[in-house]
Amino acid sequence: MTAEVESVEAVGVAPAADPGFLQRYGASIEYVLIPCAALLGALAVFGGFVALYGKNPLDLYFYMYYGAFGTWFSWQNTLTRAAPLILTALCTALPAQLGMVIIGGEGALLIGALSATSAALALQGAAPIVVQIAMVIAGVIGGGLWITLSGGLRQYRGVNETISSLLLVYIALAILNHLVEGPLRDPASLNKPSTREIGAANMIGTIPGTDVHWGLVFGLVAAVAAYVLIYHTTFGFAARVAGGNVRAAKIVGLNVGRLILTVCFLAGACAGLAGMIEVAAVQGRTNANLAAGYGFTGILVAFLARQNPLAIIPVAILLGGISASGGLLQRRLGLPDASVLVLQGIIFVFVLASDALYGRIGLFKGKS
Amino acid sequence: MDFGRISRRHLLQGSAALALGSTLGIRGAAAAETTIGFIYVGSRDDYGYNQAHAQGAAALKKLPGIKVVEEEKVPETDAVEKTIESMINLDGATLLFPTSFGYYNPHVLKMATKFPKLKFEHCGGLWSEKDPKNAGSYFGYIDEAQFISGIVAGHSTKSGKLGFVAAKPIPQVLRNINAFTLGARLANPKATTQVIFTGDWSMPVKEAEATNSLIDQGVDVLTCHVDGPKTMVENAARRGAMVCGYHVNQSPLAPKAYLTGAEWNWEALYPKFVKMITAGEAIPNFYRGGLKEEIVKVSPYGEAVSAEARKHADDVKAKFMAGDFTIFKGPVVDNKGKTVIAAGTDRGQQDPELEKMDYLVEGVIGATA
Repeated sequence: MTAEVESVEAVGVAPAADPGFLQRYGASIEYVLIPCAALLGALAVFGGFVALYGKNPLDLYFYMYYGAFGTWFSWQNTLTRAAPLILTALCTALPAQLGMVIIGGEGALLIGALSATSAALALQGAAPIVVQIAMVIAGVIGGGLWITLSGGLRQYRGVNETISSLLLVYIALAILNHLVEGPLRDPASLNKPSTREIGAANMIGTIPGTDVHWGLVFGLVAAVAAYVLIYHTTFGFAARVAGGNVRAAKIVGLNVGRLILTVCFLAGACAGLAGMIEVAAVQGRTNANLAAGYGFTGILVAFLARQNPLAIIPVAILLGGISASGGLLQRRLGLPDASVLVLQGIIFVFVLASDALYGRIGLFKGKS
Repeated sequence: MDFGRISRRHLLQGSAALALGSTLGIRGAAAAETTIGFIYVGSRDDYGYNQAHAQGAAALKKLPGIKVVEEEKVPETDAVEKTIESMINLDGATLLFPTSFGYYNPHVLKMATKFPKLKFEHCGGLWSEKDPKNAGSYFGYIDEAQFISGIVAGHSTKSGKLGFVAAKPIPQVLRNINAFTLGARLANPKATTQVIFTGDWSMPVKEAEATNSLIDQGVDVLTCHVDGPKTMVENAARRGAMVCGYHVNQSPLAPKAYLTGAEWNWEALYPKFVKMITAGEAIPNFYRGGLKEEIVKVSPYGEAVSAEARKHADDVKAKFMAGDFTIFKGPVVDNKGKTVIAAGTDRGQQDPELEKMDYLVEGVIGATA
């Protein structure tokens, strides 16, 4: 933001001296160029790492491209994997506007899935559209309230929201296991304790012409809505003010407590929706399989996207692509599964380190 | 900083990669051999469940005309569907072994419906008539091997206290605990098995805690049913206790403490499956077996196993091989005093009632809930 303001001022102060294309759009270019450069840097280092194992880095790059984006199937594979990540990333990115670090999206996802499944099981026999809408509502409310707990603990009891949201993940998992192995267990699920199935008619299916489920559309809509909310509404402006300086926000009369609770609810609602979609589009019931780590990967996505809801979309697709191509790396190059984690780690470090570059590249600076 | 130069170099590298890679891709697709895909839920060198399957896959690699592609750490979500499709679309796999229990419903069933011409062999699922015909499920009655382990453990224990580190109180696990205990009490009627459930398939920290806690209570022989027995085996050996292994042979981890163990024999079954397919025979959709059918086996005895124990175990094993031994033979009483199998009732290997087991037999210290 500051870099943008600077360049705008530069234009305003010295209109006679033509600032040129680079200076005028420097900040925007930086936002695209720096992450791309960080990504390329990470790929280069990962190539070196793979070369140490005696594999050809050029093969590596090709298979990564081929497995993630090389064919129509690969694209669908990538998008399917990206779908839940967009929603769970929003669970971290929204509270980040308020300066909060919420890392408990996984818990909200599990509670959302559990709530949605319970709603569907309670409404067996109703029209599928009714069941589906009830599932969305239940998932959103369940997940929303879960993260609101962290927000409330922070607002009313001064508990660090990062710790509380993380610990709540384990509580959510314990609740899920308890219910799935106890009261909600389908007696027929002998060796894999699960709830009853929600029924094939109530599944939300795939986007016509593709193998990608509707979760992708939910994710895209939620990301755009979150962007509009944060950057184009007074609510979002208030949230960012409170995120920048809580005391100043209070002085100008903003109800910071309400902002925290509302944003936490919206954040949890996104992750809860991801849980609902995992049930309604993939698993068809709730069991321990839902704890697949989407909530945790979402944290990575949010940080790589620098907490910008729109940037979350390409970043989620990128990470979806990395995980989609991970299988091919194992199969063709004989790399262990952990190599994908190594790459994710290297990218993370590069992107965080590249943060220091914003506004410091002379080429893009406005003259002042 | 000059980004232009860097990105130009990367572009050049990238296009070279593309040119090289596409030739590789074509070569892979044109190869005229049968490609078999193996999918594991954990890592294939876990000294446990996944390694057992990987050993089976390794046996297939030795067959001529067979190419094996493997992927590890694939979660039980739509990720496994995508892995299956990727193996089919990009590697040309025609036979798939998704080896984790949770892959079956809905993922394997969905893929088997989508690719009706390809074959899916799933480990552990309960195939039923309504499932696709090109899908099948196989599994082994590994409780037979656990029973033999129990006999050896019963002879080897000095305190009469045995320990069992278990994942979840589900029928498959309970059956192993019960078989192990019944075997141990055949050798030593006073032996007891203390069981600790960790709550999930791979919980190394809890498994280590359970192992230590059991040994602190005087247990001197341990076994387990978790995905990776490595933690239990190494910790128990370090504390001076003896162990019976599970899934694969863990004796390299603890050569002195390792008595015997219940192992899968996938390296015998998988080549058999492939030969059946090559010969045009149909693999039964529901395929089961125990020691006799060579789906499970018992690890070679360790040096600490006495001659008496060896003889007893070998005698019972011979009866299993001849097909005339029943583990769950009435009367069987559970550890709450209730008769669960009436006198005169034999629940043989394939009895469907055993698939619903929800009790722990007399001699087991612990509860299912």
